[in-house]
Amino acid sequence: MRGMTSIVKTVTRAFEGIIFLFGVYVVLHGHLTPGGGFGGGVVIGAAFVLHILANGSREVETDVRKSRSALVESFGTFAFWTLAIVGLIGGTVYFYNFISKGTLFRLLSAGFLPLANIVIGAEVAGAIVLVFITLASLKIGGEK
Amino acid sequence: MLIILCGLIVLMILGAFVALEAASLLSSAVLLGIIGFSLTAIFLILQAPDLAIVQIVVETLSLVIFITAILKTTSEDATVRARARLPFLVIAAAFVVLFMVAVYWALGSMPPFGQPSLRMAWPYLTPEALPRTTGAANFVTAVVLDFRGYDTLGEAAVLFTAVMGVLAVLRKIGRKH
Repeated sequence: MRGMTSIVKTVTRAFEGIIFLFGVYVVLHGHLTPGGGFGGGVVIGAAFVLHILANGSREVETDVRKSRSALVESFGTFAFWTLAIVGLIGGTVYFYNFISKGTLFRLLSAGFLPLANIVIGAEVAGAIVLVFITLASLKIGGEK
Repeated sequence: MLIILCGLIVLMILGAFVALEAASLLSSAVLLGIIGFSLTAIFLILQAPDLAIVQIVVETLSLVIFITAILKTTSEDATVRARARLPFLVIAAAFVVLFMVAVYWALGSMPPFGQPSLRMAWPYLTPEALPRTTGAANFVTAVVLDFRGYDTLGEAAVLFTAVMGVLAVLRKIGRKH
């Protein structure tokens, strides 16, 4: 896949960081404002997809085996399941909210919900990037 | 507000019909985008910003993937049309009429718009109860991650399995020629 024009590349350079930061914001404030792990994770993944689309898969490293997205995705799934198990061991039941609830509307509140949002965001972002890299590095026929 | 909603729904239905009949696959993909973005507007009007965020990002991504696939392959619509279309059209029209009658009959027994009859979750989600049940200010996150955590774990597992399936289908090593 070839890269796009220098106009697209310049706009992408200016905006990809802001899109990534917005995704992180949506994930971190998932228990306070609309959004959460799934929505924010897709926004983070979209920042990477924009980078690869604008610069082309030849300029950006798109080797699936060298990419860390598979590691991030597996970590997210495993950590979410671990949070549920810790609730069972440290508390009383599966998915028990074992961290103190804190004050309503504060960033550090709602027990383990922010942690769960972060690991789900990591899983969704890793999944989006992994699928897109796999599709982008796919070679059909004789195309290099 | 009801008029805007009805207009958006009519726009979505028209977009779906024209997407089926469009000659070029590229215009079909753009018309599918109209359906998705109208759905985003409907979610915003019905005050569901959580769904709107996910819908707008997923719609944009899938539109990009559709258009990339069309540009890489072909935009020619290779659908083979059946010669005798009239019987199928009659059967489809009969089904639509039957479906409308069933929907009218079912909607008559529903409670008024905005007053759902299910009140089971309401005591847990009042502004007074929320600080001691989950402590999350966002109702949707409270339900998705705490009350229905099993469901979300299943969703995460489904996503993980889907990605593993994509990797297994598109892998390079071990593929037989």
